Amino acid sequence: MRDFVLKRVAALLLPFIQMYGLYVIFHGHVSPGGSFAGGIVVGLAFIAFATIYGLERGRAKVPEKATTLVESYGTLWYGLMGMIGIFKGAPFLANKLAGIDLGELGALSSGGLISLIGLGVGIRVASTMVALFFTMMEDES
Amino acid sequence: MIILLITLLATHVVLLAVAELPPYGMSGNPSYNQVAQRYIENAREDTGVLNVITAIVLDYRAYDTMFETIVLFTAVLAVIITLKTTEGEGGGT
Repeated sequence: MRDFVLKRVAALLLPFIQMYGLYVIFHGHVSPGGSFAGGIVVGLAFIAFATIYGLERGRAKVPEKATTLVESYGTLWYGLMGMIGIFKGAPFLANKLAGIDLGELGALSSGGLISLIGLGVGIRVASTMVALFFTMMEDES
Repeated sequence: MIILLITLLATHVVLLAVAELPPYGMSGNPSYNQVAQRYIENAREDTGVLNVITAIVLDYRAYDTMFETIVLFTAVLAVIITLKTTEGEGGGT
């Protein structure tokens, strides 16, 4: 994987791929796509970087500690968002019932908790892909 | 021999159940009930979200998605436990 053309093309494209993944995550509630799809695009950008530039440089971008922290706190984040409902006297994971302002239909800030939960899920899915890839590849080498 | 018999019996039961299934894609099937209709009609005012799929996944079925993320977490955990080796501290090959 020391191809010059491949490296140049990756250097040009990967930022846009990553931006697109983040766009899909952030707009999961107003346009097609969603947190799972966007998270996988973001994760695959990191995986492509690691396969083209080598595992060490990929690891330097995403340290093991980062994936571990995102992995754990992303799961916790979902639960915390659910607890908001309980603190407001509504069922767990309630959104409209908890009296949260749903905002204007179609706006980026609409949907109350949905966009926040989606953000957490998206980042979590990305870190899951990255963590699985690096763990398996490093075991092989 | 006994295993073969058990397998055949289980296959027979499953096939009997499959034979009882309603025909595929018929409009009168029990799976086409009022739930889908309700989601499509009420998703906007219930959740304030334009994307009905997101509304279902992250609001109506939020519990399902929560455990889905826990499944992902468990998958990563299992892979790390199986493959990761630490030097010096017990275990590890």
